[in-house]
Amino acid sequence: MPHLLSARDDAFPALILRAEHVHHALQNHTFASSPVFAGKTIALLFYEPSTRTRVAFESAAHHLGLHPITINAQSSSIVKGESIRDTVQTLCSEGMDALVIRHPREGASEVAAHYASVPVLNAGDGSHEHPTQALTDRLTLQLAWGDLKGRKIAIVGDVAHSRVARSNVWSLTQAGMEVWLCAPPTLLPPSFAGVKTTSCLSEALEGADAVMTLRMQNERMEGGLLPGLGAYVRDYQINASNLRYANPDCLILHPGPINRGVEIDDETANSAQSLILKQVQHGLAARITALEFALNGV
Amino acid sequence: MMDRWLLKGGWVADPEMGWNGRMDARVQEGRIVEIGEHLMPELGETVIDCEGLWVLPGLIDVHVHLREPGQAYKEDLETGGHAAAAGGFTHVCCMPNTRPALDSPALLREIARRAEQVSPSRVSVVAALTVGMEGEQLCDYNALQAAGAVAFSDDAFPIQSAAVMRRAMRWCAELKMPVVTHCEDQSLTESGSMNEGIVSAMMGVKGMPAVAEDLQIARNGLLAMELGCRLHVQHLSTAMGLRLIQFFRSLENALSGEPIAERTHAYRVPLISCEASPHHLLLTDQACDQFRTEAKMNPPLRTEEDRRFLSDHLLTDIDCVATDHAPHAAFEKERAFGDAPLGIVGLETALGCILTWGLQRNQPLNALQVARLMSQQPARLFHLPGGTLKPGNPADITLINPQATWKVQPEQFRTKGRSTPFAGWELTGQTVATFVGGRRVYERA
Repeated sequence: MPHLLSARDDAFPALILRAEHVHHALQNHTFASSPVFAGKTIALLFYEPSTRTRVAFESAAHHLGLHPITINAQSSSIVKGESIRDTVQTLCSEGMDALVIRHPREGASEVAAHYASVPVLNAGDGSHEHPTQALTDRLTLQLAWGDLKGRKIAIVGDVAHSRVARSNVWSLTQAGMEVWLCAPPTLLPPSFAGVKTTSCLSEALEGADAVMTLRMQNERMEGGLLPGLGAYVRDYQINASNLRYANPDCLILHPGPINRGVEIDDETANSAQSLILKQVQHGLAARITALEFALNGV
Repeated sequence: MMDRWLLKGGWVADPEMGWNGRMDARVQEGRIVEIGEHLMPELGETVIDCEGLWVLPGLIDVHVHLREPGQAYKEDLETGGHAAAAGGFTHVCCMPNTRPALDSPALLREIARRAEQVSPSRVSVVAALTVGMEGEQLCDYNALQAAGAVAFSDDAFPIQSAAVMRRAMRWCAELKMPVVTHCEDQSLTESGSMNEGIVSAMMGVKGMPAVAEDLQIARNGLLAMELGCRLHVQHLSTAMGLRLIQFFRSLENALSGEPIAERTHAYRVPLISCEASPHHLLLTDQACDQFRTEAKMNPPLRTEEDRRFLSDHLLTDIDCVATDHAPHAAFEKERAFGDAPLGIVGLETALGCILTWGLQRNQPLNALQVARLMSQQPARLFHLPGGTLKPGNPADITLINPQATWKVQPEQFRTKGRSTPFAGWELTGQTVATFVGGRRVYERA
């Protein structure tokens, strides 16, 4: 079954190539969907709010000639306590051809895949993974550089709770990049396979070719994990002053949504080196690719 | 009408009696009447050929959750009792975290009455340390002891306040009753689902650090030393936890001025004892990969370093093996990892796991070692009858085939629980028959 649950999945590298192709076709207005998709229906099962991921999947579905049905947890049997298993099996019985699932719990998409009779795409499961975002980010860097091998990227922010960071670690190390994770000590895993970790921003940014900054959620401050917003901004905000450690043409990424003035300042977010809006744009090609894969097996 | 048996030609191991050899055992009127070489069958006896089998004092599990009252959809005394018998256990001690908690004499008597009716294995109750297991109000220990409690525990709801634990231990020390603790500083484990470490970091799952367990082992150990209270530390999972136990033992010996008791057949119950569970001896947090809820329990599976340290000291410093049999309904374990309940079943796999553990280390356990860890020592720790084949004692006997290899198939379990990380494993070592008070309560088909 062509599920996409993690950026570690065997199928992931092949999806990059396809995403690049889809992107160029979209740019040239030559993208044509295969007739095999016509009339198929997919369920977008959102247990957690989302803007860009949901819109990108819906838009991708329309590009492919699919019918997307979006289900929000608040307006379904889920609020009545229905289990993932029952919801998934119900949707499969309703004739869905694929399921896209966003859930606040790590591993929820694995549970869905276990009980689904159709392919499942993970659109973010708790702090675990967000493989289509990693596909988006990889595509973005690939389009900017061509080859990622040997380049250094620093992923900065609330690494401990970031599914985007986790998926990107797999995706970007697999592409041969030198990946650094940087966060305050309380938000930094003590060790993480295949990457370097540090709480020192200048060390993480030293010679970096790209920096990806993550949204800093207010809950972290309230939960006592950080001394305060001011201290975080002072030590970890991505701005012109810190970027002097990085390569002069260092690219700026952010998976959104942005807290301007917290993890990144306005000037940097809007700068010529910022690929933040490109990432949003590339999200469409990534989701088209993922849906094609699920329904077609590529 | 009592059954009469002659168990012939088996390997009898009884550390208390100093027996370890090929002998026959005669059972009459529910009691062991004779152990010796070349016993002749008597009229009316059923002779069981025990060639190649171990004949051990009935196995005892001091840590099970039988879910009665209140959660019979997970397990009840009947299914749990049959699972115990099938696993070779003639006696189990059930934990008080039921609904309501086992904190009143009436509930204890009801459990005893029900178990008598429906459970083939003996069931003793470890009663709650605090009312409702809320960690605040002391239970009526005197009345609970009179109602048959064998120990008091905070299992599943570890007492967070040192002051409450100190008062409870003060009382239990006076009653000479063991205090049985699940050690966990919950300020460090809140909303955690597995060991905090490299694997949890990769999975993005909130972890429960080893130090949360170590802190309470240290606290409870210090309180026990201060008050002279018997403390039994449940399901050790960390290397540091065991080091702390070792430290307390050396302290106890230094203070008492007596040499450390040789662990021959005289087993001296230490002030601070501990147990290990088969899953902590065989598995690490890697088993949680792919969000396998059957590897989710508390304390969680730890690192290889922890597993190895516990394994290296099982025979020297760990007093007994206990399962922490904690059944849950299938639908509960089907949830996403973080939402699934903590606990796995263990009664029907424990013996095979422990013997397989020895084989994996190229140090196969012998009959005497198994009898110590799973019968004699748990009996002495909890002041239970049994743990020996001494003539005159009730005939609680487990026949074991140490060579038999079998595959773990949860759908064939007697327990209502199905969740085990050992599903599909090939284990060596199997219960052939279980006798409780001379009655054969389990026989392998």
